[in-house]
Amino acid sequence: MTTVKFLNKQFNGPLVLASGVLGVNASSWGNVNKHGAGGITIKSCSLQPREGHPNPTMTGTKHYFINAVGLSNPGVEEVVKEVEVFRKTNKTPLIGSVFAGCVEDFGKCAKALAESAVDFIEIDISCPNVKHEFGEPYAFSPDATKKITAEVRKQVKKPIIIKLSADAPDIVAVGKAAEKAGADALCAINTMSGMAINAEMAAPVLSNVQGGVSGPAIKPMALKAVWDLYENVKIPIIGTGGVTYGVDAIEMLMAGASLVGVGSAVYFRKIDAFKLINEEIEDFMKKNNYKTIKSMIGAAHK
Amino acid sequence: MSEIKVYKIRKVKDETPFMKTFTFVGDLGAKPGQFVMVWIPGVDQKPFGISRQTKNEFDVSVLVRGKFTKAMFKLEAGDKCGISGPFGTSFSLVKNKKVAVVGGGCGMAPLGFLIDELKKNKCKVTIYNGARSIDNVMFVNRFKDSQFCTGDATLGHEGYATDLLEGQIGKLNPVMVYSCGPEMMMQVVCEICSENKVPCEVSMERYMKCGFGVCGQCVMDPLGIRMCTEGPVISCELTKKLAEFGNYYRDKSGKKVNF
Repeated sequence: MTTVKFLNKQFNGPLVLASGVLGVNASSWGNVNKHGAGGITIKSCSLQPREGHPNPTMTGTKHYFINAVGLSNPGVEEVVKEVEVFRKTNKTPLIGSVFAGCVEDFGKCAKALAESAVDFIEIDISCPNVKHEFGEPYAFSPDATKKITAEVRKQVKKPIIIKLSADAPDIVAVGKAAEKAGADALCAINTMSGMAINAEMAAPVLSNVQGGVSGPAIKPMALKAVWDLYENVKIPIIGTGGVTYGVDAIEMLMAGASLVGVGSAVYFRKIDAFKLINEEIEDFMKKNNYKTIKSMIGAAHK
Repeated sequence: MSEIKVYKIRKVKDETPFMKTFTFVGDLGAKPGQFVMVWIPGVDQKPFGISRQTKNEFDVSVLVRGKFTKAMFKLEAGDKCGISGPFGTSFSLVKNKKVAVVGGGCGMAPLGFLIDELKKNKCKVTIYNGARSIDNVMFVNRFKDSQFCTGDATLGHEGYATDLLEGQIGKLNPVMVYSCGPEMMMQVVCEICSENKVPCEVSMERYMKCGFGVCGQCVMDPLGIRMCTEGPVISCELTKKLAEFGNYYRDKSGKKVNF
């Protein structure tokens, strides 16, 4: 009942693990899959290994989660080995995510990862937590997005997903630029720029000061981004941002998402989040007489 | 959940030239084996086991190792730290039984809290406390009833704590063995316990970022379980299913490093 096709690939359910959460290696992807994720987005990798920022890198309250991990990863070569390990026992769709500091490196890193058994390549042009190193996220600019998408398109035959930011002045313009430059799908949204202060210590909590906000606090912005993109592009969208309960996922589908990303729900509802959200989606479908996930995609657009 | 609370240091005790115990004021409500994340603003935040706990204070015992612990060693009574937790699994407590505890170096820290609780439960606790050298032996005065071992014979028996366990386990016949220390040591403890059919629990160390089950940095292959959530205390039975136990761990970037 909840299977769904996305870019000609069958997913066992509409929920995909969002990049950056529980995503360091093959055994973790397997564990998340066992707990109910229909697809896995690998934590973003770069050409060279990165240690990321010092701690604290993550904290949360009832209303939001915030992180500034700083894109730590063992480098694309190691990630390719982890994909091989995963594929020995698991056929679940894998979205390989890459980031880089310049257009050329996006192409190189995407090409290296696409040679592994990942099914899709996600291009993370929207991480808000590495401004000191890389400047403003590329996802703020339609022009930069167009250049990166075109370069990756040249290097990679597998479907490309561009990950967008709701901090961009005009996310629709960026989405359209990605589509025009050859993207096969969009993922909206990345975390949004914010910070947390500990009053008693009179200090920012995150070592990076600034971080990316996720969780329930950003759901309205994510819904609006997916809604607007759905009305303006033809390619499918992975809707991500604040999905914590089944009804959030349903709303995301109805706004126009074809798959739903789940990340910080692992904080709010533990690793069982995927299983619980899946059950809540099925309950909703039964009660409201929806037979397929497809029938709910974009259903709020009348 | 992961909220940081601010705790004041009541006192700092020198255990050895390389080890200090920090006593914080407050009711933490931890179980033995659990850990906290200690944050010093502008420096870093790291996981530490609880080494002692009462209703209104708790201890963290620290070996000086890197940038963070060097900064922590400069703290004095009256200073404050941001602390979140307690996190993770705890040791299984038993009552009125014979048990054995095997600690290696600063691995004695969480075992200190455990030994207190076991003694409160009227257990007969045999303590093997080993380290490379006397300066790395924690709680020499706190647990005078320990059997001490050092690699260089500066304190107690010359050799490994595991040698003593192996020689005595048959006669001792404990219902449970608890261990924390270098992974190679815990691997030997698990082997000895398996051979003697004695249940055993060990406390694992893996690189942690968040400490509460979100980042995935501390997962162990091939089960993908998180040492901050499904650990740090795991059974000897479970270590047998973790191929990386005693073989490798992952560094800050996530890259595999062999022991």
